[in-house]
Amino acid sequence: MTSTQKLLARAAGLSRVHAGQLIEARLDWVMGNDITSPVAIEAFEKTGFEQVFDPEHIIFVLDHYTPCKDIASARLCQCVRQFANRHGIRHLYDTGKAGIEHALIPEQGLIAPGECMIGADSHTCTYGALGAFSTGIGSTDLAAAMATGTCWFRVPAAISVILEGSLPRYVSGKDVILHLIGRIGVDGARYCSLEFSGPGVHALSMDDRFTMANMAVEAGAKNAMFPVDDRTEAYLNGRVRRPWKAVLPDTDAVYEQTLHIDLSALEPTIALPHQPSHTVPARQARDLRIDQAVIGSCTNGRMQDMRTAAEIMKGRHVADSVRCLIIPATQDIYLQCLQEGLIEIFVRAGCAVSTPTCGPCLGGHMGCLAEGERAVATTNRNFVGRMGARSSEVILASPAIAAASAVTGHIALPDDLPESEG
Amino acid sequence: MPEGNVFKYGDHIDTDVIIPARYLNTPSPDNLRQHCMEDLDPDFTGRVRSGDLVVAGWNFGCGSSREHAPLALRYAGVSCVIAASFARIFYRNAINIGLPILECPEAAMALQNGDRVQVVFDTGEIRNLTTGAVYQAEAFPSFIQDMIACGGRLAYLKSRQKEAH
Ligand code: SF4
Repeated sequence: MTSTQKLLARAAGLSRVHAGQLIEARLDWVMGNDITSPVAIEAFEKTGFEQVFDPEHIIFVLDHYTPCKDIASARLCQCVRQFANRHGIRHLYDTGKAGIEHALIPEQGLIAPGECMIGADSHTCTYGALGAFSTGIGSTDLAAAMATGTCWFRVPAAISVILEGSLPRYVSGKDVILHLIGRIGVDGARYCSLEFSGPGVHALSMDDRFTMANMAVEAGAKNAMFPVDDRTEAYLNGRVRRPWKAVLPDTDAVYEQTLHIDLSALEPTIALPHQPSHTVPARQARDLRIDQAVIGSCTNGRMQDMRTAAEIMKGRHVADSVRCLIIPATQDIYLQCLQEGLIEIFVRAGCAVSTPTCGPCLGGHMGCLAEGERAVATTNRNFVGRMGARSSEVILASPAIAAASAVTGHIALPDDLPESEG
Repeated sequence: MPEGNVFKYGDHIDTDVIIPARYLNTPSPDNLRQHCMEDLDPDFTGRVRSGDLVVAGWNFGCGSSREHAPLALRYAGVSCVIAASFARIFYRNAINIGLPILECPEAAMALQNGDRVQVVFDTGEIRNLTTGAVYQAEAFPSFIQDMIACGGRLAYLKSRQKEAH
């Protein structure tokens, strides 16, 4: 069995499972946000459920339309808060004490290797970076899981991605995952788990791994899975205080497909509108002008991303024609940015620095695009209308490319920039 | 037995175009219905009639986990979605809320905009009343069929809980 299959077998109380098998798994964690939870809560109550399976293992993160952008979104958050209060759910992460769910949950030690989690948000696959099974589901599954603590799954077949070498300067996990999606397509891993392994894994920071696992769903994958190594353990140290047990794949695990990626050979990669698979090397897109740069989201709003962006912004200025938004993904990251002096660098460079929120990533608020405008964003989706008007465009890129592009006003590589003024 | 006209779209239709996030702050049936397919086909809600079908290519419903997407289609009157394949979260969500979906690459390729189609959901038979052609969609696993027969995931759960007591 693959790591994912072993983990699902364990969660289902079975000694073996095979790809395609339908199972009922026990969940360690059940999660929802301010958009998906209200729909689940309504369904939960309409069905006549009275109790949640375990208030200690349900998590709500209010991150999409928060700080609430209007009365309607305030009602959504109010609905979640009231439900959490009624059921004694203390894992409620609210404005000022929170951040974007997929950055917040690992950061707060709410998920550990070997655990099984569902979240009513498609990027719940992010925690595969820690060797956990986690996947996105919808509001009805969330309602059912809140009531029963279980969820049914079809055991996925697997795609093995073997990583070798190490990343060149200014090439990051974002470039690796965009490269992979460009290679296999937006449904190349549909219904499969993406199992990363190989000597290259160790060369990747945890933040790179989170970024890669986060975008597994952009290739249609059910989940991503990384092996647990000493970097993972260092990350978990001080965050997770309960015992956990990682799984390793069996030596005879079956993979539908095996892909090799030489990290050393990768270059900065972007995805052109309107699909994450429309990838090209960034150097081929220098003629594309941008109106906005967004550096943040559950994909690239972590500390490494902030540091990379600040390194490039330091002593430079955002082009006159560009709005550059910097959105640290959580309160802790925001504070760390403050302590390291990054916020000052961003503000001096002419960036708008925002409190943690999903905001523009989903075209919710805090930076929507008008007709015909184009953004370069470190987010994960560039679908039609994703960040605003139907005729607006989003180019997906790493923080290094987004920051360099913000300075020049068109797609640029950090090496394109003139010397900084300090 | 659902019967209606076909609205045909391409591959990789994502949940952002089925219902853009800018409307997710109000999950009311009226709001979702009004903006269904807005970024893909702005005329959709004006033309769709109760019973009509959406037919699309590969990977229908990819992207966000928003259940608002299958809900919007259902509220708009769509009786069934036929696609060459579905993205996994959309597949679950549609079944969970009781929106009939059928996976059938042949029908997805052959059916044309405006064709009159009848679907026999139990057997997975898709009849093109305009051309007379008949297609056979893949059958659901029996556990999913039970769920659909109950009217969705939650009704199914409730009925099982009652049996256990
Ligand atoms: S940052 Fe974007 S992709 Fe991530 S959870 Fe928020 S809306 Fe979804």
